[in-house]
Amino acid sequence: MVTANLVEEVAVNLLRLAVIELPRDVKEALRKAYNEEESEAGKTQLEAILKNVELAEKTRKPICQDTGTIIFYIKAGAETEGLDKIPQALRNATVRATREVPLRPNAVDPFLQKNSGDNTGRFIPYINWEITSGDTLEITALPKGGGSENVSAVGMLVPGHGVKGLKKFVIDAVMRAGAKPCPPNIIGVGVGGGADIAIKLAKQALLRPLDQPNPNEDIARLEKELYEAANMTGIGPMGLGGKCTVLGVNIEYAHRHPASYPAAVAFQCWAARRATARIHADGRVEYLTHTFGGK
Amino acid sequence: MAVYKLRTPISEEEIRKLRVNDVLYISGTIVTARDQAHRRALELHKQGKPLPINLEGLAVFHCGPLMGKEGEKWVIVSAGPTTSTRMEVFEDEFIEKFKVRVIIGKGGMGTRTTEAMKKYGAVYGAFTGGAGVIAAQAVKNIKGVEWFDLGMPEALWILEVEEFGPLTVAIDSHGNNLFEEVKKRVELNKQNIYQTLGLQL
Ligand code: SF4
Repeated sequence: MVTANLVEEVAVNLLRLAVIELPRDVKEALRKAYNEEESEAGKTQLEAILKNVELAEKTRKPICQDTGTIIFYIKAGAETEGLDKIPQALRNATVRATREVPLRPNAVDPFLQKNSGDNTGRFIPYINWEITSGDTLEITALPKGGGSENVSAVGMLVPGHGVKGLKKFVIDAVMRAGAKPCPPNIIGVGVGGGADIAIKLAKQALLRPLDQPNPNEDIARLEKELYEAANMTGIGPMGLGGKCTVLGVNIEYAHRHPASYPAAVAFQCWAARRATARIHADGRVEYLTHTFGGK
Repeated sequence: MAVYKLRTPISEEEIRKLRVNDVLYISGTIVTARDQAHRRALELHKQGKPLPINLEGLAVFHCGPLMGKEGEKWVIVSAGPTTSTRMEVFEDEFIEKFKVRVIIGKGGMGTRTTEAMKKYGAVYGAFTGGAGVIAAQAVKNIKGVEWFDLGMPEALWILEVEEFGPLTVAIDSHGNNLFEEVKKRVELNKQNIYQTLGLQL
């Protein structure tokens, strides 16, 4: 059975895994970037990144000191019992992880400027729900760094400009961000729906592994085109110049209103913290992004 | 590109040898300071009051570290750099008044800082953003914490470090600014990129 205790336990593990170990696809992309980088300053930075990733794993310490805003994505099987207990379980997990991992307290009241001290607050940790069929529960933890979040972009583009307008919007966002989001980054692009939906999709696009292009071939081609264009900017690792500005571009879309063309760009750090686990109805837990306890 | 290993206090003469793109490792004392610590330090100076630590020849690190406690003792968990541009409004005066020789951060700084570095002899060392563990590894001892009332990330953490780096010298004391050069290059690449993407809107 999926109990609140089990959810809390798994969520603590996911937060710990996410902030300490990068998913396999990201590690591979960073190694590839290091091999391909030609600028000296860029290579120095990528070498430091790889060393940092290795050391974090070895010493079991968070990769980056900014352990982010805590966000969860839940795919809940409609037949799962006790779904109403999950928000509290995730809150408890966040408080525990903050103390035990530890995580940096990053939840601040926007009016009183007061830090809650335990990474929880109004709507935080934030939970995105999706109801699926069946009886399994899939939980993804996405501790999202602030520096990369600060360069997010949303635009209501001119429908008549179509995909060309979208391409310009994305590449301009990358150039405007420059060194700020700790490049190389993963770029999530959300298109259509409305302003809120585009941003939501952009962030959700960051959950897709880098070695999985969009299943729609035309969109996959656009992802590759934008990836190559972003790596022509010359921004390079940490904005010190070089080829490797982005590790990948992931696009998600919704249909749009005839009069609007909403588009959004979300930036993920090279320290792309995300971890997913699936809890089966019998209480069995599968970790999908990381090796956990030898599994 | 040359690799330099310097120990604090660093003299003006030593710092003037460095050029952009050089790699620097620092041993000795570095002090973390973010916006609020910069503001407070300058206010104290204006009132003629001393700082809790003499910063001459030292390195200032733009960082809000993640600290933990083992019993009564502070331990550093992760300590990567924060975005330096927020300190641009303070840094020229800070360099002038306190004679720090190295500013460590990420993302680079603007013309005011570049000018001050040229005038008073200081460099900006870019530390890999997000690389909090290698930074923490280089910290051998926490010598003290001041202004803890500002909160954990904003306090002045006085750190004893051994070969803290690699820092890419991104602003030198001769008026060169690598980030600005890169920005100019990006601007030049823009039309080419638009063309590749087939953008003639
Ligand atoms: S932008 Fe990301 S990698 Fe860089 S310091 Fe912030 S959280 Fe860490």
